[in-house]
Amino acid sequence: MYQIIEKQVLTPVSKLFVIKHPQLAQKAQAGQFVIIRLHEKGERIPLTIADFDAKAGTISLVVQEVGKTSQEMGALKTSDQILDLIGPLGYASHIQNYGTVICIGGGLGIAPIYPIARALKKAGNRVLSIIGARNQELLFWEDKMRAVSDELYVVTDDGSSGRKGLVTEVQKELINKEKIQKVFAIGPAIMMKFVVETSRPHQLSTIVSLNSIMIDGTGMCGGCRVQVGGVTKFACVDGPEFEGLDVDFDNLFKRLNYYRDEEKVAIKKQHLCRLDNIK
Amino acid sequence: MNKTPRQAIPEQEPALRIKNFEEVALGYTEEQALLEASRCLQCKNSPCVSGCPVQVQIPKFIQLIKEKKYLESAKKIKETNALPAVCGRVCPQESQCEKKCILGIKGEPVAIGRLERFVADYERAHSTEKVSQVKSNHVKVAIVGSGPAGLTCAADLAKKGFEITVFEAFHQAGGVLVYGIPEFRLPKSIVQKEIEKVQELGVIIKTNMVVGKIVDIEELFQQGYQAIFIGVGAGLPSFLNIPGEDLGGVYSANEFLTRVNLMKAYKFPEYDTPVKIGQKVAVVGGGNVAMDSARSAKRLGAEVYLIYRRTQKEMPARTEESHHAQEEKIIFQILTNPIEILGNEQGNVKAIKCLKMELGTPDESGRRRPIPIPGSEFILEVDSVIMALGNKSNPLLTTVTPGLELNAKGNIIVKNEAGQTSLANVWAAGDIVTGAATVIEAMGAGKKAAQSIMTQFSKVN
Ligand SMILES: Cc1cc2nc3c(=O)[nH]c(=O)nc-3n(C[C@H](O)[C@H](O)[C@H](O)COP(=O)(O)OP(=O)(O)OC[C@H]3O[C@@H](n4cnc5c(N)ncnc54)[C@H](O)[C@@H]3O)c2cc1C
Ligand SMILES: Cc1cc2nc3c(=O)[nH]c(=O)nc-3n(C[C@H](O)[C@H](O)[C@H](O)COP(=O)(O)OP(=O)(O)OC[C@H]3O[C@@H](n4cnc5c(N)ncnc54)[C@H](O)[C@@H]3O)c2cc1C
Ligand code: SF4
Ligand code: SF4
Ligand code: FES
Repeated sequence: MYQIIEKQVLTPVSKLFVIKHPQLAQKAQAGQFVIIRLHEKGERIPLTIADFDAKAGTISLVVQEVGKTSQEMGALKTSDQILDLIGPLGYASHIQNYGTVICIGGGLGIAPIYPIARALKKAGNRVLSIIGARNQELLFWEDKMRAVSDELYVVTDDGSSGRKGLVTEVQKELINKEKIQKVFAIGPAIMMKFVVETSRPHQLSTIVSLNSIMIDGTGMCGGCRVQVGGVTKFACVDGPEFEGLDVDFDNLFKRLNYYRDEEKVAIKKQHLCRLDNIK
Repeated sequence: MNKTPRQAIPEQEPALRIKNFEEVALGYTEEQALLEASRCLQCKNSPCVSGCPVQVQIPKFIQLIKEKKYLESAKKIKETNALPAVCGRVCPQESQCEKKCILGIKGEPVAIGRLERFVADYERAHSTEKVSQVKSNHVKVAIVGSGPAGLTCAADLAKKGFEITVFEAFHQAGGVLVYGIPEFRLPKSIVQKEIEKVQELGVIIKTNMVVGKIVDIEELFQQGYQAIFIGVGAGLPSFLNIPGEDLGGVYSANEFLTRVNLMKAYKFPEYDTPVKIGQKVAVVGGGNVAMDSARSAKRLGAEVYLIYRRTQKEMPARTEESHHAQEEKIIFQILTNPIEILGNEQGNVKAIKCLKMELGTPDESGRRRPIPIPGSEFILEVDSVIMALGNKSNPLLTTVTPGLELNAKGNIIVKNEAGQTSLANVWAAGDIVTGAATVIEAMGAGKKAAQSIMTQFSKVN
């Protein structure tokens, strides 16, 4: 059992949890993830380590409520317990002084891009960050991102905060304006695909964090397999970060969609149960 | 001469059992066990014992059954085998103990496995005895992996006073016994009980610990562990590398079985993890893993094709398993090799394209080599495909452990039967050393490692 010692509501659909796990906090690095299971009947789901504090012995996870498990987690409160927490999994981001880098966080991806941007800044890079969301309500950590970036650009689909538009528009302008050595992008798969396409004409190395469906997270099931440069890779042990220019995104989309109908069943059941409770 | 025939084990009817995940074989009644035990000739040289990888004292435990001393019989087995309820169910007895039984020469061997299961089940139901912890010798040992190899090593050492901590990557201990072998062959409640007994010996099991990630071998030594045993199994799935293997609905047997067994997807949506296979399923392979996948898929309501490139005779699966599979109307599509998986617009499996094969001359393994018949391509419409092609060793831990010698297949090289590795005070056993093998062999090797650790540390202390 792992205790939640703090909860923050970042947006109506994303919550941050600070969880006690001293051993994990010691080991965690930017770019790695954990797998959680909330209760005995729960599913195992992967979540990126959004922050860690070795001194306090805590890690932070940010969860966006998209389906049954993430909604259940979103409903947890401070001092509640999480049954299983496994990590740190995957490789850490490769941090070095590249020169000038662009860090892009889309929607929930703002959370995991933050420790990467922070580490890149610390390593001496000039960090240009772009964060984007559908609207202002879904944006968070603007201040935290600003603190670790040389420049921060905010975009929303509807213009309710920052500039109206897409993260790729700003990315394109920055690439045209100055010499960029590397891009790091985390967000919805479709966003990462377009970020990569924006980099491609310049053959600009673009690191993406792939969110394929996972079970064990240790290379045992092969469920998380992705095609990178024509080779099958397991996102959990070979990634989760890969060179985006080599990733077959269409393949990833197919595999991500496979359980869509079952997810609806799970949510429906959850809602029915809630009705039971009311009766 | 005793003319009692080998006693059949009562089983759930095929038509009924394909609708549930409950155990297929129901176990002997006391009466049947006594009849079966009466068949044993109590051979002086007991050839059967030499067929058992852990040398269970077979004639002795059977004699105790004859005397109706079932609890004592269980004790006798446990002198060498810590998990009789498991082995009685899943050991390939026909190629081990029963293969050597004298009665098998002219007729049918004594049903040693079924008797072993009987006494183990009897003991579980009737014994009130508590195992007790022995006094600590203050030697800390870390066991990595809680499969049969790790659990056996842990139990043997704990009985001698070693302070044991088991580190397991999953949220539940048991290894293949909990994530691979299905409920209908090995009920998880039995595995749970066996694990509880290991814990009663004072063994601490830490789940959710991926060694190589949260802690590595060197750090374990720094934390005061004096010996380390690695029993991480062979858990890297193989694929065929044919077009279409990334389509939605293509599973490795590991993924499929983990969803179904460990995560209890057969109880979805009561349990949160789904498994989606559709109406028609192709399972590729011919071993135990393929049979377990096929029979699990059947129980989820599918029509199941088992695609294998040689004939039934060459199948590596236990005879009992393929027999059960056939009773359950799994369609054996033998002499068939898949060459492509075809998808629909959504990117999900639609069909599997195969070639017919014929058998040529024997290959290195002594089995006749399958050769494709030109122009024999055909298409089988299916909704999902399960690749049950065997497992290789998972490199997660071994590749981050400097100095640990591996062979070309990625298995840990051991210097001797005791399982000593190239690293001082590090032992290894089970599937990570031998490649995918059997439960009892993993246990046997775990035992030998425990023995070796005891010898080494009794010298020191
Ligand atoms: C390495 C990695 C890191 C991740 N980090 C985070 C994180 O920090 N915060 C966070 O909120 N989410 C993260 N995700 C995604 C998260 O795991 C999924 O949102 C979660 O599994 C959904 O579970 P659910 O039961 O709530 O939804 P489900 O009911 O399972 O699914 C709801 C919707 O989410 C999609 N989905 C399902 N599984 C995944 C998945 N693994 N990745 C992306 N979409 C999925 C489905 O297609 C569906 O549309 C990460 C995924 C990976 C692989
Ligand atoms: C589907 C299936 C059916 C089978 N049927 C039979 C049968 O009927 N009869 C039979 O005799 N044999 C059968 N086998 C084979 C048998 O199960 C194995 O030979 C046996 O389990 C090997 O034991 P082990 O202890 O070496 O490894 P495993 O049982 O594989 O256990 C290894 C454990 O180590 C853990 N682990 C791995 N890496 C790490 C790490 N880095 N840190 C911490 N923990 C880790 C794993 O999660 C796992 O729990 C079957 C195998 C499968 C897959
Ligand atoms: S442990 Fe297995 S091989 Fe040994 S006697 Fe029992 S069933 Fe036979
Ligand atoms: S060989 Fe067969 S008959 Fe002889 S002791 Fe063993 S089990 Fe009994
Ligand atoms: S999640 Fe199972 S191999 Fe990656």
